[in-house]
Amino acid sequence: MSQKVKDASIPTIPAKARFSRWFGRNLLRIYMIFGFTYLFIPVAYTFAFSFNDSGKSNLIWKGFTLSNWQNPCGAPEVCNALGNSIKIGLLATTFSTILGTMIAFAIGRYQFRGRSSSNLLIFLPMATPEIVLGASLLSLFLVFKINPGFWPTVIAHVMFCISFVVVTVKARIASLDPRLEQAAMDLYANELETFRRVTLPLVAPGIAGAALLAFSLSFDDFIITNFNSGTLITFPKFVYVSAARGIPAQANVIGSSMFFLALAIVIAGQLVKRKKTR
Amino acid sequence: MSFPKVRVPYLLLLPGFAFLFTFFILPIINLAQTSTQTPIAGGDTGQYEQTLAFGNYIQAFVDNKEQFARSFVYATLATIFALVIAYPLAYAIAFKSGKFKNILLVLVVAPFFTSFLLRTIAWKQILGEEGFVVPALRSLHIISQQTTLTSTSVAVVAGMTYNFLPFMTLPLYASLERIDPRTIEAAGDLYANGITAFRRVTVPLSLPGVVAGTLLTFIPAAGDYVNAAILGSPNTKMIGNVIESRYFKIVDYPTAAALSFTLMAAILILVTLYIRKAGTEELV
Amino acid sequence: MSSDAISARGDLRLTRITKSYGDFKAVDDLTLTIPKGSFFALLGPSGCGKTTTLRMVAGLEEPTVGSIHLGDTDITTTRPYQRPINTVFQNYALFPHLTIFENIAFGLRRRGIKDVKEQVDKVLNLVELPHLAERKPTQLSGGQQQRIALARAIVNRPALLLLDEPLGALDLKLRRQMQIELKWIQREVGLTFVHVTHDQEEAMTMADTIAVMNEGKIEQMGSPADLYDNPETAFVANFLGQSNLIKGKIDGNDGDNLVVDLYGQKVSMPKKRSHAVDNSLYAGIRPEKFRISRLGTPVKGNILTGGHIEDVSYIGVSTQYVVAMPWGQEVMVFEQNDDGVAPFDKGDEVNISWEPTFTFGLRGDEDIEAGTEVNPEELEEQ
Repeated sequence: MSQKVKDASIPTIPAKARFSRWFGRNLLRIYMIFGFTYLFIPVAYTFAFSFNDSGKSNLIWKGFTLSNWQNPCGAPEVCNALGNSIKIGLLATTFSTILGTMIAFAIGRYQFRGRSSSNLLIFLPMATPEIVLGASLLSLFLVFKINPGFWPTVIAHVMFCISFVVVTVKARIASLDPRLEQAAMDLYANELETFRRVTLPLVAPGIAGAALLAFSLSFDDFIITNFNSGTLITFPKFVYVSAARGIPAQANVIGSSMFFLALAIVIAGQLVKRKKTR
Repeated sequence: MSFPKVRVPYLLLLPGFAFLFTFFILPIINLAQTSTQTPIAGGDTGQYEQTLAFGNYIQAFVDNKEQFARSFVYATLATIFALVIAYPLAYAIAFKSGKFKNILLVLVVAPFFTSFLLRTIAWKQILGEEGFVVPALRSLHIISQQTTLTSTSVAVVAGMTYNFLPFMTLPLYASLERIDPRTIEAAGDLYANGITAFRRVTVPLSLPGVVAGTLLTFIPAAGDYVNAAILGSPNTKMIGNVIESRYFKIVDYPTAAALSFTLMAAILILVTLYIRKAGTEELV
Repeated sequence: MSSDAISARGDLRLTRITKSYGDFKAVDDLTLTIPKGSFFALLGPSGCGKTTTLRMVAGLEEPTVGSIHLGDTDITTTRPYQRPINTVFQNYALFPHLTIFENIAFGLRRRGIKDVKEQVDKVLNLVELPHLAERKPTQLSGGQQQRIALARAIVNRPALLLLDEPLGALDLKLRRQMQIELKWIQREVGLTFVHVTHDQEEAMTMADTIAVMNEGKIEQMGSPADLYDNPETAFVANFLGQSNLIKGKIDGNDGDNLVVDLYGQKVSMPKKRSHAVDNSLYAGIRPEKFRISRLGTPVKGNILTGGHIEDVSYIGVSTQYVVAMPWGQEVMVFEQNDDGVAPFDKGDEVNISWEPTFTFGLRGDEDIEAGTEVNPEELEEQ
């Protein structure tokens, strides 16, 4: 007579232990929620107060209104400042991306004497406090009797953006398989064609990322801009200066829009990337 | 098309480096040169002559040693807090987020698309009398009726910590992400429990990220003055505020220049010591 | 002059090619002719210079000394895109940002060829992957990528097709299948293939002619059968299959044969299969050529007595014996199990015998360990 095999028992964990296990496993996830909440508090605040029916001074909640969003240029200095920031940003991005990409290719692709010194030179502006960068550039302009203003600001922005562009593009170049360019030449593409049809398309995402980074660094810059812009008002400068008497809600509108726009661009970029590998 | 291959890198470097030389190196040299000037006796404000007055440095340092000290203390505190807050966050994104990894990374950086000034001012208003934090803390009797949070060193350090958080989080994430999870499994296989494995495997392997993150946070923090200006008071002045005022309020270029150089030198010394201790070479 | 290179056709001639990196010679005074239309293999262990040689033919490296001719045209200093030579790279090097169609069309477009679609479709059918034309390389499996890399090269009808260990990343079964397919495609399309590999079985399966390379030089070149049956150096004898090399002395002649003294026992071998320069030599016999017999059993041909069996390994198809000879050497014997299970056991006293014509003779001063190091890459394959 065969004895039935004893039923395998499903292990049970007492309820109290079950909770503490769940807690331990999810502790980090809970922390993440708190962390992200902390990160977004001021953003949420800014966004909320963009709907404040505040008039000139946006310090206390007065009432909900869409008028700020419908008329973002209602407070005249806001759009003027925004316009300046955008103009400077586009110019600075263009020049720093071009110069920086060229440097990235030189350092990333070629062995030459002075390569490590070049790396050092690129690293230095990133390691220098903004106040020193801004102040020293201002001193130089003063020596040459150039007044701070639009073009000095553009120059200053290009200067500090180049290093970030180089680092970003260089990383992308490093991940490029040299055999792809060899394959192109094996398949009858000369050096220029290889660059145009293989190297550049593959490095392009890095260059695009660098350009985006440069623009956001330039747009958001305050310290260096403060030293070199003289009477020209950029958006961050406008916010700083009007902090005392009250920032118009339109500035919140602009700030929130920048947030959503940038978020949209980055998410779109991610979706495109995901679609490409699908 | 056959120009010698040797010349190409130099041609590529030329425009960018010429630009950097003119607008980075030269200004710094000029700043050095300004720092040893003295005002022309009987001249207008803003007129100086070169007198190799190295005493400017001593003078500047002695007059402002309080602000120097404060800058480094605040920067160190902000860096430490940022590290403590960012490390678990970066860890969670790297190991515990599955397919949401990329979205979460974007969300870490996203708040910083809003202007940094708007964010800092938002904190000022949130922590101010009209915000919700202070009244809430008061009604819970955690702080007294007289204490305010704005215009305090607490607010300044909190603001700095917040503003430099992504500079700490991203390098930490990059370093943690590179760790092969199988090394941690191997530690478990070799009798290390969760905490030991973390201490002896994960932390050492994430050190390059820690070094990069702390540097990227400390260096700008030491020279920052915006947080101190918005969230602080005259009692929380940092060296950045002093330099700014020596340019725009009390015109005293040599002192400002001397202070800038002292700041740079101090940062460089600290960073070199730190890197040597941490032992990483390639940062860029 | 260089634009003529692209229409060059004919045999590939490497003349006294040396490639030096400082003091190190990756390729050392190499002279080689690869006949048009053949399937040629460059075989050797890693570091022997075979890949460097291939890259010089492709134009991706320049020789330090020497010249390369395709037919009558000197292509030594021409750029890769000026040569009618295409490469199938080791990790395929497919362009990740282009579709499969565009990858294959790349070379055609650079050369300004008009009927691109027709040509690409034709070659996609040849490799049996017409449905993948619009996909991207990252969406394909390793085997599919390999075939597309091949298609991309073949569609250009090059004078020479170079293959740099193209089957290395594939698993065993797929590799065997691809070996047969590559050989078929080469016959079908009629191109000259130059295949670089460290896998001697692969080379012997696929190639008409093999050049065995070692330390930058060619050890021996010939058909797979030539190299296997009549190796000229210990390296070739050991690298291709396994060999038993027994030290001996030439004792005299016997018509077309030599009489060789192996530790006191006399055997005979054909004179023309000896590469000895004086009267010392190593007699080489492949393990499968040996026959084991019990003492007293009559045998034909050469015989060595006094062996006893050290080890028996039954491998289904065959049995491998290790036989210890009286002079201290252990000899390998492979016996087919064609009449049932192996008849010999460990410890048995036996004779080994073989047909004299299967003997090959190497110089007496050869390093008999040459070519026996286990290649770490080969370990991975198993």
